[in-house]
Order: sequence, then structure tokens, then C-alpha cells
Amino acid sequence: MKPLKSTLDGNEAAAFVAYKTSEVIAIYPITPSSPMGELSDTWASQDKKNLWGSVPFVQEMQSEGGAAGTIHGSLQAGSLTTTFTASQGLLLMIPNMFKIAGELTATVFHVASRSLAAQALSIFGDHSDVMTARTTGWAMLFSNSVQEVMDLALISQASTLEGRVPFLHIFDGFRTSHEISKIEMLEESVIRNMISDELVQAHRARGLSPEHPFIRGTAQNPDVYFQARESVNRYYNALPELVQKQMDLFAEQTGRAYHLFDYVGDSEPERILIMMGSGCETVDETIQVLRGQGEKVGVVKIRLYRPFSVKHFVDAIPKTTKKIAVLDRTKEPGALGEPLYMDVVGALAEAWTDSNAPKVIGGRYGLSSKEFTPSMVKSVLEELKKEKPKNHFTIGINDDLTHTSLEFDSTFITESKENVRAVFWGLGSDGTVGANKNSIKIIGEETPLFAQGYFVYDSKKSGAVTVSHLRFGKNPIQSTYLIESASFIAVHQFGFLFRYPVLEPIEKGGVFLLNAPYPADQVWGELPEEIQKIIIEKELQFYVIDAYKVAEESGMGNRINTIMQTCFFAISQVLPKDEAITKIKQAIEKTYGKRGQSVVDKNNKAVDIALSHLALVNTPDQSSSDHKLLLPVAKGAPEFVQKVTAEMLARRGDLLPVSALPDDGTYPSGTARWEKRNIGLEVPVWEEDLCIQCGKCVMVCPHSVIRTKVVDKEHLKGAPISFKTAEPKWKEFSEKEFTLQVAVEDCTGCQLCVEVCPVKDKSQVKRKAINMQPQLPLKEEGIKNWDFFMNLPEVKEPFIFDKPNTKNVQLLEPLFEFSGACAGCGETPYIRLMTQMFGDRAVVANATGCSSIYGGNLPTTPWTKNKEGKGPAWSNSLFEDNAEFGLGMRLALSKQRQHALELLEDQEELIGSQLIGDILKADQTTSEGIQKQRKNVEQLKKKIEDQTDPLLRDLYSLSDQLVKKSVWIIGGDGWAYDIGYGGLDHVLAVGLDVNILVLDTEVYSNTGGQASKATPVGAVAKFATAGKESPKKDLGLLAMDYRNVYVAQIAMGSNDNHTVKAFAEAESYKGPSLLIAYTQCIAHGIDMTKGMNQQKLAVDSGHWPLFRYDPRLEDEGKNPFQLDSQKPRIPLKEYMLNEARYRMLWQSDPKRAEMLLKQKEDFTQKHWNYLEHLSKGNGKRSQGAL
Amino acid sequence: MNLKTTYLGLELKHPLMASASPLSKTADQIKLLEEAGAAAVVMHSLFEEQLTLEEQQLDNTLNYGTESSGEALSYFPELGSFNIGPDEYLEQIALAKKSVDVPVIASLNGVTTGWWIDYAKKIEEAGADALELNVYYIPNRIDQSGSEVEELYLDVLREVKRGVSIPIAMKLSPFFSSTPNMAYKLSKEGADGLVLFNRFYQPDLDLEKLEVVPNLILSSSYEMRLPLLWIAVLFGKVKTDFALTTGIHNHLDVLKAMMVGANVAMMTSEMLSKGRGRFKEILHEMAQWMEEHEYDSVEQMRGSMSQKNVADPSAFKRANYMKMLASFRPDPNSQLP
Repeated sequence: MKPLKSTLDGNEAAAFVAYKTSEVIAIYPITPSSPMGELSDTWASQDKKNLWGSVPFVQEMQSEGGAAGTIHGSLQAGSLTTTFTASQGLLLMIPNMFKIAGELTATVFHVASRSLAAQALSIFGDHSDVMTARTTGWAMLFSNSVQEVMDLALISQASTLEGRVPFLHIFDGFRTSHEISKIEMLEESVIRNMISDELVQAHRARGLSPEHPFIRGTAQNPDVYFQARESVNRYYNALPELVQKQMDLFAEQTGRAYHLFDYVGDSEPERILIMMGSGCETVDETIQVLRGQGEKVGVVKIRLYRPFSVKHFVDAIPKTTKKIAVLDRTKEPGALGEPLYMDVVGALAEAWTDSNAPKVIGGRYGLSSKEFTPSMVKSVLEELKKEKPKNHFTIGINDDLTHTSLEFDSTFITESKENVRAVFWGLGSDGTVGANKNSIKIIGEETPLFAQGYFVYDSKKSGAVTVSHLRFGKNPIQSTYLIESASFIAVHQFGFLFRYPVLEPIEKGGVFLLNAPYPADQVWGELPEEIQKIIIEKELQFYVIDAYKVAEESGMGNRINTIMQTCFFAISQVLPKDEAITKIKQAIEKTYGKRGQSVVDKNNKAVDIALSHLALVNTPDQSSSDHKLLLPVAKGAPEFVQKVTAEMLARRGDLLPVSALPDDGTYPSGTARWEKRNIGLEVPVWEEDLCIQCGKCVMVCPHSVIRTKVVDKEHLKGAPISFKTAEPKWKEFSEKEFTLQVAVEDCTGCQLCVEVCPVKDKSQVKRKAINMQPQLPLKEEGIKNWDFFMNLPEVKEPFIFDKPNTKNVQLLEPLFEFSGACAGCGETPYIRLMTQMFGDRAVVANATGCSSIYGGNLPTTPWTKNKEGKGPAWSNSLFEDNAEFGLGMRLALSKQRQHALELLEDQEELIGSQLIGDILKADQTTSEGIQKQRKNVEQLKKKIEDQTDPLLRDLYSLSDQLVKKSVWIIGGDGWAYDIGYGGLDHVLAVGLDVNILVLDTEVYSNTGGQASKATPVGAVAKFATAGKESPKKDLGLLAMDYRNVYVAQIAMGSNDNHTVKAFAEAESYKGPSLLIAYTQCIAHGIDMTKGMNQQKLAVDSGHWPLFRYDPRLEDEGKNPFQLDSQKPRIPLKEYMLNEARYRMLWQSDPKRAEMLLKQKEDFTQKHWNYLEHLSKGNGKRSQGAL
Repeated sequence: MNLKTTYLGLELKHPLMASASPLSKTADQIKLLEEAGAAAVVMHSLFEEQLTLEEQQLDNTLNYGTESSGEALSYFPELGSFNIGPDEYLEQIALAKKSVDVPVIASLNGVTTGWWIDYAKKIEEAGADALELNVYYIPNRIDQSGSEVEELYLDVLREVKRGVSIPIAMKLSPFFSSTPNMAYKLSKEGADGLVLFNRFYQPDLDLEKLEVVPNLILSSSYEMRLPLLWIAVLFGKVKTDFALTTGIHNHLDVLKAMMVGANVAMMTSEMLSKGRGRFKEILHEMAQWMEEHEYDSVEQMRGSMSQKNVADPSAFKRANYMKMLASFRPDPNSQLP
């Protein structure tokens, strides 16, 4: 019987083997390895068995460090144990990895290798992480393709059991972990034959047991440590042969032969490349083409990198080789060369003793998933032809600073013309990627063709663009790079034609499918001229369909996935049309069947009517259009934005030279305002006659697109005709005008503002003071109004700052705007509020997570500055250390301020006692006081700016620190409750003046919804598939235990004034403050337009009581604890059933849902009783209330 | 005392049964109703909206935000199956049929044509004794004529009758231009029974929030007057069974229902407010009343006061309206002039 072929990605291939061969799996989410943990958790919840007929224990931990510790323990107790990780996660495991290897313990960690955070974080693939683990004593086995991932995962497992050396099984993050490919599945019998029960039992027998006790993990002294360290050598010496033996055993059973070092290429090559990972496949493909052109070239693919077997390595290099280029997918600054290069040079020096040893050069490629293409391979091989080839080169970039880079000819293309090469441009929300994944499955599993799919996502969480690259062909596909020559390009969003180089890779005579809101006889005139020219020059077959119309007719809403998929099959004819439609419908049933018949029906209907709307466009011979491509950034943008940011936005970032980029990761503030995304189909329109100027719409706006000002009437001279104003509803502003404006190009159309507006027209209750209307007709006037508005002066009246409430705060300028956060995001309104109140003197430490991605992911970033050039200074360190990172900022700023004061006191003669006194005694508790101090400092700087005395220069450089600074430590619940809790707890205990804002979505949002300790009981999340059993950790109560921490639990949607008050109190408290903010998230499965209402339900049901704990009150003899919300007044179930995270459990396991509801009800009631007890007593915690 | 009756061809030990309500959702609840004394039970309705909306909502949730970010390809775990769709409902029918002896009548509530037939077949396969179709339609288009609305009801009935062989009852609204004509058409299309009437959802207004809010008020005995009138008129003219629903609160209400010609009386509000024990109490009082008034059987009294059997048929006609108005005597304590 032929082995089963299946289409899956690298993560699934690794998880398949890992799950089969493990008893305990400890997991923690980190991109791009998270899906391996998710699959394991899902399989365990479905009672899927391992090789020994048992369901593995899958345990989520609080960090990768925690996972490594758990694994170490489980291994020590004798169980087969594994994990999955990447990047910083692997780094956190390193301490345990030394122990695990030192104790000769059999295990495999599967790593989707990824860049490390250096000048910036990157989620993409390279070998920086695994190369850092070289010294741990682990074997390192590299897989280059999805098939190899499955095969070498098993070979790793078999080898570690026999060799007792732990294994890192490594494959390239995204390129392999997320590439979908058609592979041969391993049959259970093969796995069984490879995994010896005897060795498993031997592993178990080495485990800790009181039945045969021993101690392991001693402390050793100078007399024996060294010798003991050398005692393991024989295991490492034996390992290469042992791994080869397992590879041979594997080959006997599957026919797929691997070697420690696999040479591919000419039998008598002169020039070869040496490398590891997915790039090997591109080299392999390129070499086949070059050999056809008579080139004597080859490649050594390194599989077992550690232990590095010099003998096997040298044996693998053909003796005719004259020159070698070693390609490293990592960077080791300051080193003689990158690690693989160094190993190769060392190995040849050791073992190639005759004088004809080949010359070796080394270079870097592919960092952070940088494309590595055949033209780059060719360039490196060409370089080797030179008498003095460049060493320590880079390939794939333009290094115009240190001139390391090799040039390459991007027109050199090796893709087989026989393959279907299809590129699809879509939006995340239109379902393009999902449909393409289905297409790959259909073709991969229903035809003899090989199939490959790779998907490129952008960094925005709203309006995200996706580009799918699909290849189908008769032979295995080795092209591990994006499609360079496309036979088919589909553009699923008409607007993309104006923004992105969508047709760039299309080949002559290729097919172009466009979703457009125009019929075939009108669409031509609507295209930009540049697109028309490509269609004519490349003689494209141009098809058009109004897929949104079809989607509307079939009830698909904004999902055009199955419609465009049907068109692709009809045009490409990969399968006969009727057969294709049958298969698409089968795939629909398989994918959507469990969601219900009506879901299947609407998809089927879309398939049925799609083709009648598809039309071939008659292409004229000449281009002619009034439409042009759009500029990537708005006019008037600063030089850096024009030259650098704009290129990234136009998807030409790959072409930016090294010199264009800041060398230390420092980027200008306020770049998001130059990227006009225009993603909101509808935007809010203000009704000035109804508006009560309450400020609620400004408060909830996640993207800071609704703003208000009160200005002198004279400032309104020259206002655009449609610029609306109203009489201000503040007695202090009776002579002025109030205005509310909307940034129509930056709005995502989330509707939170409309939902929260409390006013209704008395004659027409559906009309509120703010209502959604289509963006397009409003755009032109909206832009004029916005520009005029932005140039109006800001409100400066001190009472607005010093009497903080929702109404007043709306007038404060936000210094966080237009982020890429999800439409309706619950986090960003809190961040924006912070910047309104304290932004011009804030320093922000931001934990890795959603907020660091929408806050700091290029090309554009939302943190900005005011007209005086002041604004939040923002930085992201890591995920786990954010509290400590912020504390460090506090220490530095306080030290600098203290030193400035010390210096100031000695300079009475020059500066004058009056000014010194003013500075020293300045009351900076009010905005007025802070403004006064700013002026004092300006005076001081003027007085000393020309002084050369070293002490005065010192004072000058420190003088800005004399103005009060506000340190904000911001992050999500994954950080605060889990991975960063140890640091957070310590920072609270230290007692310094920092403000901590926890954006509590109750789940790991950024990595796709894994449970955290903030996840409530009864909620379904990844890693808690069956519904979380344990209650949410009470971070507030834990912090209150310190007694000197200001704590507030807030929910803007329930009580916005309470939120504002808590921010003001927290910031004014001269000690640690902790704000725990309820934030709705798409991972809750709610109607995101009603996110604020859901916050209210969370409070009203008792799930999220509002409270404040202010230690200052205790000093006044009052109860420091104030319970700010009313007794639960709606049933918990009413709140819960509004959210899919709870509802799903009722739909999948109603009995368990009811059981967990009862637990939650019980806990919520007791928790409320306890809070009430605290609020009525002296605020001190006592036993017995719970 | 012989309280036996038949409804939709089913032999019932008495005419008081439970109509579709939240108290007839599960097999366990149906068992409790049987124990309380209900002669038959109409199961809680399987709502078209419940099925399609729940499915669409789940689909939207599972799609929302997916495949947009390389870090988060989805936001929820892949669950093996969802307990949505009719499966749970069908399972409860099957379970109920195993555990009770009284007839179990399933109920479908919807409005879209093309939706009913699959579910009707599945309900028949699950073992339901009969099926009640509740075409809950509120016309709100000014270009839709009364006959079009009537046709919609008839279409649904034809569609279901073609697909299943169990008896079908149509639950109707009271708002037809000619209720007798509509009833006649339905009987011609094969309706086995007519259930009079559906209680229309009539939302209330929240004047503080300026919102339309759902507001379900339990029925009172007074509300049975409307079905009482129409069953009285239809009895003997339309060859279907009749169920009187809405406003059954005591034994007198049941007796009235029988006397105008109903085969059964269906009760919910009374049970919701005072408990299932009301079944036995009402039946006891009904038997007592019949004994006191020397009736032998329900069959004997059935239709005895229908329009065709009363001495003055005009009592059910317009003439009675005048009499009713003339009979009105103001409260002497009222402030009326």
C-alpha cells in the first residue's frame, strides 16, 4: 500500500511526530512555533493517542523558562518529554538545556528558528536563535523542507533515545514552519520500528524513583568538575555514526535517504556552497539549472550540525572542489566569521591536510526571512569564480556602508514554466488565505500534482494585506522563495491596484483576475494607467468579477474566498471545471460542515453563482486612464518618512540600502499620521445640534480619529465651508467655539463611537450625535476639515488638565494615533488616554505583545509628539522583563534628576538663588506647576548654555530631568500575569514611582488566543480547549497586599470617569501604581462594535468589579479600599453568552459549560462578598471572608 | 368520567396538553410534564433564527480576524464538533419517545420557504408523533398583499406535507382577512390540525433609553376569547382538528374550549406562573364540573356551543358586538361623566 500523502505545514509535520513519541509536552506560545503547541493541546483534548496508546499530558507553562524547567523535571522522572519554541523562547530555555545535556538526557525540542530581538524584534526566520544554543551540548539537526521536518523529527527522536544526547530539531521559521506542502505521511509502523521500547524503558529506568534512589544535580568542586565534564565525550563521539545509522534505518523503510552531510550537484565540482535550512532547496534548484548551462557547481546540505563530524563533512566534499562559499543565516557581530563558516574553516584545517585545500569564503543571507532566491545563489557562485572572492559578504541586500554585499541579477529565474505559479493579493478579512489553503489541499490530495503554499502577512491587525504564493507541478517543488514569475495573479481588492506593485511578477501571457466593482465593459477605464500598460505589454488574459456583489447575493458578507477560489479553478484549469467545483464543495463541507448547514449552503451558493459573474475583458491596444498610482505617504511628510518609510509602505523596503536605516534602532515619532490607509468603508459624522459634548466618543476611539477642540472664534476664520462648530458646553468657554472632527482617512470604521453615544434625536431616535456614513463621499471635505482642525491651537486652560473627567479629557491632545490595532481594539483607548493626560512627559516601557506590535512595528508607528516637540518616549525590551525595564528607566531618570539638583545647589552665583529656589521648590502636582517648572528650566538652560565649566555642561545635559517625568510600564496579561509576573511583583515591592498599565484581554492576544492566568474559568482558549478550569488570578488583590501600591481595576466601557480618575490618582501617587484595565479583544468572540457595552456587562455581572486601593487614604485615617461598582445585577450567564469564548463551550460541551458556570458563579459571589467586606472595614485583608 | 379525546389522529387520555414553551425543551422536562398530567406535549420550537443565526454567528466568530497576522492565524482552538443545528433537538425527541408514553409533538418555528423540509424529515425520523408548524410571519412590506401572505403559509404546508407522513398542525396568527377561508385552504392542503392562535411578539418601548425592548407577558384567561370565537365559527365547517392555545388558565377555560369545538386545550402561562401541578388540579376540577353538570364525556360536549350548535348563531357574529357594547355599565365610582 502506498503511503498516505497529505498537505500540511512544517509545524504540523513536527508536531505529528513529537506528539506520537511523547508522554509529556510542556508548552508556551511564541511565534512561529505556537501552532505546534496548539495542535498538541487540541489533539490531547480529542483524546488522540501516542505510540503507546496513551494521551500525552500537555501542560501550558508561564514562560519558556518555566516550560524548560518542567521538561527537565519530567525527563528526570523518566518520561518522554518535548516542547516547541523559537527565538527568545529558546534563549530562556538555555540554562535548563545545559543541565539536560550535562545529565545525558534524551529529548527533542522542535524549533521553528527565528531572529532574535536586537536593534528590533522580528518574528521572522533565521538561525540567530539556534546558533546561540550551540554551546549547550545539544545535537542540532536541520530540516530543509516540510517532508524533512516530519522525517528528521523521527530520526531525532530515535537518535536521542539511543545516543542520550538531547536534540534540537530545527527548521526555518515561517518559510518551513508555515509553508504548506504535499508530503508523504509517516505510517505508525515506521514510527514504531524507529522507536525502540527497550530504549524508552532504559530512559524511564534512569528516572528518579524512591524505589531505587540516587541523587543527580550535585555541586562539584575544582577537584572533579573538569574531569566529570569530559566524561561525556564518548557519547558525542559516537553520535554522528549513530544518527547515520538511524537515517539508514529510516531509508530502508521509507526510501527517503538522508546523510549527515548531503552533497548535491556536479560529480566533479569546482565551486560549492555549504549551508543549512530551507535555503538549501533553492540552491539545489538553482544548481540543477546552472549545471544544465555547463557550470561545475554543487551544494553540501548540512543536516547534523552538532556534533560536527569533521570526518563525515570532509568525506562529503568532492575532492575536485576548489572554492567554497559558506552561507550563514545569522549574524555574529565582531566575530571572525559566522558560526558555520568558522566550523567549515576549522574542519578543513583539521582534516584537509594536502596543499589543494579549497579556498573558503563566508557570507550572510536571509536574516529575518529576507528572500533568498536563485539569482542570489548564482551571484555567490559567480563570486567564487573570482580570483579574490569577497569574504564575509552579504547577499540579498545593498550594503552601501561597509560594502559587504554582493550584487545579484534579479532577472535570473529558475522556476519551472510547467508549474502553475499563482499569486493572490487579498485582505485578511476577505478569506483569501483560507480559500488558498483549501485549494492546496484539493490539488495536493485529489490530484497527483505536488503543491506548495506560502503566505505573506503584513504587520497591521486591521486592514491587513495578505499575499498568497501557490505552486502546483508534476515534480516536488523546491522553490523556497516567493514566486518570481507568476502564471496567474489574482487581486481580490480593487484598491490594491493603486497602492502595491501587484502585477510585478506576472509572466508574458499570464492570467490576471481582478475583483472589481465594475462590469467587464467598464473596468478598463477605472484601472490606473500603469496597470493598463502592464496588461498590454505582457499580453495578459484579463478577467474580472464583482465578487462582493456575488458575496452579497449568496449571503457571504465580506467573505469572497470561495467565489475567487471558484474563479481560479475555472480559469487555471488545474482540474476539469466540474470536478473542481465538486471538490470545492467537498472542501466547503469539510471546512464549514461543523459550523452548520446554513454556512455550507451559503458557500455552495457562492460557488454556484460565481462563474456567471466572471468575464474576460477585451483589452484595448493603447493605455488611457485618468487614474494614477497613489503616493505611499501624504504630502508634506518629513524627509525620513518620504525616503524610508514610504519605500517600506510601497513594498520596496527590500531595496533600501543599509545607509537608509538607523544603526541603533532609533526611529522618529509620529509616522503613522503620514500613512493614509482609508480602510474604513464608513466613518463617523458629527451632528453638532444634538451633541452634548460629553467626550465619550473621543474616549473610546481606538485609533484617535475623533478629536475635539475649543478655540477662539477668530481662529475659525478661513475654515472650510463644511467645518462644523457648536457653542461649548463649559461655562469657562462661553466666548469660544467647540468643534469635533474625524480623521476620515485614518478611521477603521469600528463604530464604538456610535455605540457609546448617549444622545438620540427626539424626532428620530436612530439618529445619534455621531453616526456612521459612507467614507468616500465624505473624504475630500473630511481631509480639508481635518487639516484645518490640526492647525488650530490646543486647549491650554489649566482646569482642563487638573479636573480630569471624560468631558475635560477629550480636549487634551492624544499623542498616540492611527495605530495598526484591530478595529474596535479595547487596549488602545487606555493608551491614548494616558498620552492625553501625561504624554508630553511620559517615558514608556512596553512589553512585547499586541501593544508593542501596533505600537512599534514598522513601517509606521503611532506614538507621536505635540507641536512643542514633546511626547512619549517609547521602548520595548522583551516580553518577560518589562517591569524591570521600566524600573530601570525610573532609576535612571530619578538619578539624573537627583544629580541635577545636586549640581544646581552649587551654582547659586551664576544662576541666582531666586531661580534655584523656584526650581527646587516647584510644585509639580498640577499642570500649571509643571508648565512653570518647564519655564524655570528654560531659563536655567539659557543661563548656562554657553558655559564651558564641566559641572555646568553636566548640569545642562541633565536639566530637562528637573521637569517631572512619568514612567509608564505597559503590557498585556500574558506579561503581567504570567511570564513577567516575577519582575512585576519585584517592581511593586521596590516601591518606586512607576505606573503600570495592564491591558487585560484575559488571553494571549498577539499570538492568537492562548490561555493565560488571566483567562476566566469557563472560557475556551487555545491551550484550554475544553474550557479553563481554574479561576482568573486576582492580580489586584495580590498587589494590594503590599499595602504601599496604588491599585485600580477599571473598565472604561462601564465607567469612563472612574477610569480617568484612576489614571490621575495612579500617576499622582509617589509610589508604584497598578492599573488593571478590562480590554475587549477579538479573541473574546464578540461583536466588536459593542465592545464597550460588553465591558459594562462584565462589570454588571460581577465578573469585573471596579475598585481603587489608594494607600494615601490610610494615612488620612480612611479606608484605602473603595469598591466602585454596584452589586452584580445581571446574571453572569447573560454576560458570558455574549462572548464566543464562553458560548463555544455551551455549544461543544454543555454539561461542562454548566458545571464551570456554577463554579464561576460561586467564585464571583464569594469574591464580591470579600471586596464588599474590604470596602466596609478598614481595607486590610483578613482571612475568613472568602 | 371519560375525558378522552383525539388530536391529529392521536388518542389522548384527556384534552389538556402542554404547548411549546421553555418547559418542554428536553426529554427530562417532557417526562416531568407527563408526570404532571399533560395528555401530550408540544416540544419547545426549533427556531429558524436559532439555527441559522447561531450557525452564522459561529461562522463569523471563527472567521473574524483569522489569517490576517502571521502571529495569529486564528483566535480559537479547533473544536471537534459544535452542538448546533438540529442534532440536540432531534436527540431530545428520540430520548423523549423512549421515556414517555404521551404523544410528543415537535415544533418548527420559521418563515423562510425551503427551510422546513429537511428538518421536518429529520423530526419524523427521530420519532415525533406529529409536527406543529409555526409560521411566525410579521408582514412589514406595503407591497405585499394578503393573498401573498396566505400563499406563504400554504407553501410551507405543501412543502412539508410532501416530505413527511406524520400529522401536521399549523399554528396560525389571528390576522387574516378571512380566518375561515384561510383555515379552509389549509385543510384542503392537508393540514391535520389548526392551532389557534400564536401569541405575537409585541415589543415594548423603554422611554428612558428610547429603545424598543422585548417584553413577554404571560397570557390571561381573557385572551382565550379570540381563539374561542374562531374555533366556534370554524367547527364543523373545516375538517381539521382544533387546538385552542393562549389563555387556558383553569378548568372552565378548558371546558369552554371543548364546547366551541377544540380537540385539545394547550396550556403554558398558567404552568409558568404556578407550576406543573396545575395540570392535575385543573383536570380534577374539570372532571368535578362535568360530574356536577352531568356530562359523560368530553366528546359529548365537543362543539356543543360552536356557532352551528348554539341557539343563536348571531352571538358569534357582528350583531353580538352591539349587544356587548350595550351591556357595558360604567363603574359607579369612576370619574366618567
